Amino acid sequence: MSVLRAVLSQPSGAIGVALVTGHVALALLSPVILPHDPIAQNADLILRAPSLTHPFGTDRLGRDILSRAMLGGREAMLIATLSTLIAMIWGTAVGLFLALVGGRTDTYVMRIVDALSSIPGILIVMIFVAALGVGPAALIPILGYSYGLGVVYIARAAALDFVARDFVMSAQARGHARTIILLREVLPNVRDSLAVQGAMQWSWLLLGVASLSFLGLGVAPPTPDWGLMIADARGVMPTAPWAVLWPMAMLSSLIVGVNLSADAFAKALGVDRQTGVRTA
Amino acid sequence: MLQMILRRLGAAWITVVVVAVVVFVGVELMPGDACTAMLGRDAARVEVLENCRGRMGLNRPPVERFFAWAGDLAQGDLGISMKRERPIVDIVGPRLRNTLILAVSAALAGVPLAIGLGVMVALRRERPFDIIVSTTALIAMTMPEFVVAALLILIFAIWLGWSAGVVTAAYDAPALTLLFATPLPAVTLALVYIAHIMRMVRSSVIDTAGADYILMARMKGVPERRIVRRHLLPNAILPTIPVIGLTLAWLLSGVVIVESAFNYPGIGRLAVNAVADRDLPLVQAITLIFGLIYVSMTLVADLLAMALNPRLRTRRL
Amino acid sequence: MKLLDAQDLTICRSGSDSAIVSAASLALGPGETIGIGGESGCGKSTLLLALMGIVKPGLTVTGGRVHISGKDLATISDGTMRGLRGRFVAMVPQSAAMALTPTMRVGAQLAEAMAVHDASPPGDIAAHTTALFEKVRLPEPDRIGKRYPHELSGGQMQRVAIAMALACRPKLLLLDEPTTGLDVTTQAGILDLLGDLRRETGMAMVCVSHDIGVLARLTDRVAVMYAGRIVEERPTATLLTRPAHPYARALLASVPRIEIPGLPPSIPGSPPPPGMSGPGCAFAPRCSRAHAACEQVPTLLPLPDGGRIACHAPDHGPQAPVKGPGPRGAPEAGMPVIAVRNLVVRYRRASFLARITRQRPPDPVVADVSLTLARGEILGLVGESGSGKSTILRAIAGLWPPSAGNITLDGANLPARVTARDRAALRRVQVVFQNPDASLNPRHTVREILAQPLRLYFNANPAEVEARARSLIADVRLDPAHLDRRPAQLSGGERQRVALARAFAAEPDVILCDEVTSALDVSVQASVLSLIHDLCHARGTSCLFVAHDIAVVAALCDRVAVLHQGRIVEQGPARSVCSIPEHPFTRSLIGAVHRIPDVHDNSFRVG
Repeated sequence: MSVLRAVLSQPSGAIGVALVTGHVALALLSPVILPHDPIAQNADLILRAPSLTHPFGTDRLGRDILSRAMLGGREAMLIATLSTLIAMIWGTAVGLFLALVGGRTDTYVMRIVDALSSIPGILIVMIFVAALGVGPAALIPILGYSYGLGVVYIARAAALDFVARDFVMSAQARGHARTIILLREVLPNVRDSLAVQGAMQWSWLLLGVASLSFLGLGVAPPTPDWGLMIADARGVMPTAPWAVLWPMAMLSSLIVGVNLSADAFAKALGVDRQTGVRTA
Repeated sequence: MLQMILRRLGAAWITVVVVAVVVFVGVELMPGDACTAMLGRDAARVEVLENCRGRMGLNRPPVERFFAWAGDLAQGDLGISMKRERPIVDIVGPRLRNTLILAVSAALAGVPLAIGLGVMVALRRERPFDIIVSTTALIAMTMPEFVVAALLILIFAIWLGWSAGVVTAAYDAPALTLLFATPLPAVTLALVYIAHIMRMVRSSVIDTAGADYILMARMKGVPERRIVRRHLLPNAILPTIPVIGLTLAWLLSGVVIVESAFNYPGIGRLAVNAVADRDLPLVQAITLIFGLIYVSMTLVADLLAMALNPRLRTRRL
Repeated sequence: MKLLDAQDLTICRSGSDSAIVSAASLALGPGETIGIGGESGCGKSTLLLALMGIVKPGLTVTGGRVHISGKDLATISDGTMRGLRGRFVAMVPQSAAMALTPTMRVGAQLAEAMAVHDASPPGDIAAHTTALFEKVRLPEPDRIGKRYPHELSGGQMQRVAIAMALACRPKLLLLDEPTTGLDVTTQAGILDLLGDLRRETGMAMVCVSHDIGVLARLTDRVAVMYAGRIVEERPTATLLTRPAHPYARALLASVPRIEIPGLPPSIPGSPPPPGMSGPGCAFAPRCSRAHAACEQVPTLLPLPDGGRIACHAPDHGPQAPVKGPGPRGAPEAGMPVIAVRNLVVRYRRASFLARITRQRPPDPVVADVSLTLARGEILGLVGESGSGKSTILRAIAGLWPPSAGNITLDGANLPARVTARDRAALRRVQVVFQNPDASLNPRHTVREILAQPLRLYFNANPAEVEARARSLIADVRLDPAHLDRRPAQLSGGERQRVALARAFAAEPDVILCDEVTSALDVSVQASVLSLIHDLCHARGTSCLFVAHDIAVVAALCDRVAVLHQGRIVEQGPARSVCSIPEHPFTRSLIGAVHRIPDVHDNSFRVG
């Protein structure tokens, strides 16, 4: 709790947490408070500028943009959350294990991880989706794998900082089992940096899902999604910029909020945001 | 030193081999194969499928196919595209060139700018210049490339009319034409990584400023300007070089989105099309190429860091 | 006019009134030397930096003045200050390795120091550089300038730092722990150099060191600091033989000395954290002579011999060296509890690449070492860094498999790796590590730390854990309240005690101590040594004690083995090895130990 207070006392932290909480609340409550039906098309209302009945305007199929924007983050956030969990769990497990084991196992496995990382994630996702079809069921595991690779590096780096310390060697000398050492000696010390990393991964995944939706490989229409909305509205940008700007604003505000919060949490916890190494 | 270089090259080579294996195995593991993907519904007809498989050599055992593929690769033959029925090298070649034009212009303009900005904000830490630039960078970092692309097209093409926005050049247009088509896509590509690099340089400079040898230089009476130039900057920038290389390599994923957003005829857009066409051999080849580019970029960055870092050049005597 | 005149200097943490340095006054004339001694956290380094006008970020000067050659550092311009630095007053930093810019050649860094104050043409500067390198006795003075800092050894880097400080012939030289981190023999070389330079150049010097022996060799006067204040300042000979301030007396008494057998006495309690001393005299809580007047902060008052003292109850009598319980006599007969035979340990196999390029495989770190540890015996293993002593300890602990040789526990073969040993064998051999910052998990409470071996080896339930933990914490002379604390809330000495408690929780037959007191202040070291002594003798536990300081080993251990480049060059009962060393290396180790004279030692001379 004192950490939360420390975070909120920084102006950037307060703004960030406010933005994130706002978006999460919106995602949870929006089905209840929608002004209009988000998927109802209306030929009479095509590309209307923002007005009192439609504060965000309408898109090229006559759908109310405000309602779609309110819902637009839900599916993406759901996918991002589940993928982040998968990524953090497997990435942390492998990273911590390699840091503790060291030696040749570490070298060889990291070589493989290097090779896997050299194939751009987006390509892998594209291929998978092309083979298995669009939809969360295919998307979540493959995103979890892809982003988990990055987590392996971070978790390993954070753990290496502690594995070199005598208290780990002391536990080894006493004869504790390796899993126990990982869970009891190493994990509590890297917990904070991993938490910050988790927040960052979540924001990157949101971006990733949005990008995939933009390419037509993410969320499937007619479900409202910010990425889809931007892709849809690209053609009509000259005449109806609001159709692009509002979903853009929603997405950006959420991402900025997550980044500001993660920065503030990192400072409050005494963790270096980029490398995950404890500074305090 | 020679040993270190050899070791690094060896590691890169092994990574390349692993990449090839991973790509091959990945494609193998997916349901179906190149023919079922290509033929779609027609794959239900057994003779057509068998025919296709025979033509593509897909009825051989996997290990044999791998070595055949690898062997071809070593000779520069990337295989034949199923959809377009042309050698992949001919398809990929010019588009790779275009992507390189785009990526290199983005990098050449962006890296010096990023480093320069990073140093400047670090030296004016917490002052208005730093706050403005850092906040802008933070916002830039959080926007996905397609959002930036849309914004830039909106501002520069539609409102200001300076540029055409979407690229209309064909893939085999002369290099110069394509160069002129690059400003908006290059800025889009560069924006995010410039923000990343700038922040990293900033923190490296701030960290280095607290080092004991900087204090020592001050104790010798060295003027501040010289301290920054000869003591601070070299030591601050050096550790960022490998990470800059890594970030540039990550440009590759950005390329896919950016080229799609601007309809730029490069290898990224080709990848999207190939996936949409389910042209598996082409997808396989492109994935491999991406992997190779990534490996070579990180290799260059590491070797550069080695060359510039006196600690790595010589050992304790 | 005084060269250096600091009056009533007070330096606090910015924004608070917790003082790191309180009312410090120091004056120095040309050619005079003064040493500032004290333990960690007493403020001596902060004071030294302030003498050059440098205050680390987070600290502010809240009182007093520093005058250098008549100029008030607080009022002069930046340009004047820069002109003074290097030319008039120069500093030799604590860690030369960190104080030299890694990307510049050392010659260039030296030339820079000169070029800042001196407009001579580059040719002259190059000649001066070589001359300076020669003066500090570096090898190949004409070529060494082209090297980068990482290509030099620790001792060489320190000499470069000294050369840099001397570059513009300063009148005042400030030295911050000039010999920290260097091997004992290297230290001796640096101190000789500094002594000679002082005689040749007539510079005034202020030298900060936690090692009184260093100050004894270099300075005319010594000031002792405690909790940010100067508590006593005397001519060196007087301070070393007849210190008057209770803290100074206790500090000097706690230094282990080869010529005085037995464990040195320690000071009860622990020093207050920097900036947090209570009202009145900061040492009063630990002082045996404290009385009501000590509730007032004592002021520095002059003494007849020209020194000063801040104390309400000074003791001007001679130091009576208290003899601690000496090591016991002959060890128990019978099977040695640990026997090491023909141990060879290498750091790593020659890599594949190295074999292709035909490089010589590196020498083994430990080359054919055999030793035995008897039941109930404390065996000291002493040598310089890189001699292999820690490696032997780790091999016995199972943390580093040897390339050849074997180790037995009570006659039975002890498997090389920890993972191959059974729980009984693991329990009987426990390790205590050097660094108090790293030997305890920062996230665990002390209770949790002690519970681990209890649960692992004895399957203790929570009630048993609690009872045993309390008894252990009392055995290591710590308050039971410590059980709920985390390592960050404990001092270095307290952490090492917890580490010892953890080792003894397993009720081992052998404990292996790897430089356990090397990172501790000397008075804290004395208490930890006496603790190890008492615990081992009470429980009949054998102990292998690894250290680089032969005086420490002589104080604690029954027998001693001297290690040099991976081989044992001499072993035997501690007393005889130290009083009649046979091997030249042992002699150099003993000779390099700073001798603090007692009142009857006429051979003592400063410089």
